[in-house]
Amino acid sequence: MLLNQFLILGALLFSLGIYGLLVRRNAVMVLLSIELMLNAVNINLVSFESFLRNTDVGGQIFAIFVITVAAAEVGIGLAIILMIFRNRTSANIDELDLMKW
Amino acid sequence: MHSLTSFAIAAAQETGHAVEYGDGGFLAEWAWLLVIVPFLAFLAIIFFGKRLPREGGEIAVGAMAFVALYGAALFILNATQGVVFEHSVEISRIGSFAIEWGWVVDGLSSMMYLVVGLLGFLIFTYALGYMKGDVRVTWFFAAFSLFAGSMLLLVSAPNLIQLIVGWEGVGLSSYLLISHYWEQKENSSAGMKAFYVNKVADIGLIIGTFVVAIPVGSFRISDILEAVVGNAEAMETVAIVAAVLLFIGAMGKSAQFPFHVWLPDAMAGPTPVSALMHAATMVTAGVYLLGRMFPLYAEMAAQARMLVLIIGAITLIIAGLLAVVQDDIKKVLAYSTVSQLGYMVAAMGAGAYTAGLFHLWTHAFFKGLLFLGAGSVIHSVHSNNMSDMGGLRKAMPVTFGTFVAGTLALAGIFPFAGFFSKDEVLAAFNHEGYTVVLAVGITGAFITAFYMARTVFLTFYGTNKGHGHPHESPRVMTVPMVVLAGLAVVGGWVNIPGLYTGFTGWVGTRAHLFEEHHAESFDWPVLAIGLTAALLGIMGGYLLYFKDRETQQARDSFRIPLLWPLLEHKYYLDDLYLGGIVNPIKGPVARFVNWTNSYIFDGIVNGAGFLARAVAGVVYGWFDQRGIDLALNGIAFTADGAGGKTRLLQTGKVQQYAGATVVGAALLVIGFVIFR
Repeated sequence: MLLNQFLILGALLFSLGIYGLLVRRNAVMVLLSIELMLNAVNINLVSFESFLRNTDVGGQIFAIFVITVAAAEVGIGLAIILMIFRNRTSANIDELDLMKW
Repeated sequence: MHSLTSFAIAAAQETGHAVEYGDGGFLAEWAWLLVIVPFLAFLAIIFFGKRLPREGGEIAVGAMAFVALYGAALFILNATQGVVFEHSVEISRIGSFAIEWGWVVDGLSSMMYLVVGLLGFLIFTYALGYMKGDVRVTWFFAAFSLFAGSMLLLVSAPNLIQLIVGWEGVGLSSYLLISHYWEQKENSSAGMKAFYVNKVADIGLIIGTFVVAIPVGSFRISDILEAVVGNAEAMETVAIVAAVLLFIGAMGKSAQFPFHVWLPDAMAGPTPVSALMHAATMVTAGVYLLGRMFPLYAEMAAQARMLVLIIGAITLIIAGLLAVVQDDIKKVLAYSTVSQLGYMVAAMGAGAYTAGLFHLWTHAFFKGLLFLGAGSVIHSVHSNNMSDMGGLRKAMPVTFGTFVAGTLALAGIFPFAGFFSKDEVLAAFNHEGYTVVLAVGITGAFITAFYMARTVFLTFYGTNKGHGHPHESPRVMTVPMVVLAGLAVVGGWVNIPGLYTGFTGWVGTRAHLFEEHHAESFDWPVLAIGLTAALLGIMGGYLLYFKDRETQQARDSFRIPLLWPLLEHKYYLDDLYLGGIVNPIKGPVARFVNWTNSYIFDGIVNGAGFLARAVAGVVYGWFDQRGIDLALNGIAFTADGAGGKTRLLQTGKVQQYAGATVVGAALLVIGFVIFR
């Protein structure tokens, strides 16, 4: 069965996402990394669905939900970043530390 | 002869059962609408009145038209089949006493609905013309609607609490209307006087209510009358006290001696207010209360009934005399009303329920008419004083004609309305054997005819002594007067002994039957003497005020020493009240109270305050500062320190948070793998 390959791909993508999330300084790239992680999850969902031959296609529907939420999240996230960039002429995430003590 | 009042009586007496009346069907069940509508009109006028072309008057007139139609429907229903209906809704409860709102439809209240509605409608219509261009038309009509609504609340009351609420509502709205032109001090003082005098009398009503309600265990009038008719032993002890106290309340509203002083001053209000107040809404309340509680007076409290009779007789004669010396046309009519109320109250006191209510009924028509006529004259000559009038007969033919009709009705000339009602009252005095009261009543009839003749001759004959050109009033004012003039003629024909006595049955439709005298035929000697007295009175007025109508010297030559100054000073009653009650309270009593207040009460209060301060100082220093504050400060300090350390974790760097999350998630996964 082809489950392992897909799980490995998902794990790689997820790790890549975490790496990007923690290391990149550009806020847009951070958002992209989050999308990467979400898609890794989607791969897992679809592949388990296919592997288990489940008749009620729960995993695939859940994946579609994840995609929808991800689209909404990117919409809001990019809007926030755009406004921050206009205000501060920078999308560097290190400089955005106003919400601290 | 004695007979129970109602048309189905004979049968009832024979079979020994109570008379069964109809329940009035849906008309009686929905009669609460009749009470609510004027209050809704009040709110509607307050909120929307100013935007309407007549500044709210049309809402008030519409509401009263509804009340008049509904009242007429109930009245006809009662007249044709006899209705006794009562419904109560519990609002709250104090101990075992229910506080209720409800409505009654029976002979007495349906007559009052019709009188209030009809007179209200006609007078409101008249007011549309009279108040045009006034400073506060909207407010006037709002308060006017409140006035009518309160009166309807009062007459629809099945329990004494609701009756008191309506009673006070009438007092309040009369205060608002009497002091309508409050810019002048005397007008607002007149309003306050009416309110205070009524308030003093109201104390009697309120205490009387509790005195009569406590032994019965209910505020419901039907329960109370049940106990009276059933001669409950508990009632016997309180009946007389309660009857006297309730009558004191009635004396205030119905302006009986010595509480009548507020009513002439109440003429300070606009004339439509006086008309409504005298004809339908306010002064009839006392007579209504006596009628409503009639079994109490008729059956149990005979001594209290004597007081009612005597007070009524005193009032009718002294107020009639006062009317003779007035120059202000409205004050003549005001004292005349007091005098006529004396007739009604004395009739109730003599045990003649129907006669009293019959006089209330006819009086509503012709006194409403006379006030509207006086208002029309005042509207035209811009003065209340008859010394500024005269010769208006030609300039104001409609006013003149209707005013004369009202005068003849009030004087009791056949076949006008007042003739029948006054005759029935006098016949009742004679039948019950109150000869002195009968003599007083006949003298009163003479005086009534005399001062009304005087008023007509001074106002409409002779030469005009005022300034400007008098003119007839607009049609919106004259039409109601013509309608009322018609009623002042025919209003008495509903109760002609020996011919048609429908009215007796109409007002006799009551849940509790009682005995009263009911005239089967005219009392011819009394009728002859009464009519002669009235004609003599008119003759006297003619001789004194018509013959020298050009010069009008008579008013100065006609002065009886001793009596005249007494009358001019209104029996010194106002001076007595001012000097004997108001000023002592304002002067020494108020000073003493002030002294007591500043030295004794303030001393006690200050001492208590000082003591409390000292105690508080100790408590503050020892208990508060060193005990509670220390503990609280310690807790706060600890929390502050801990927070200072932990807040450093909040760096604001998103990626640090993300890293912490990843590490935490990884730890959870590892822990799950190891310890599962």
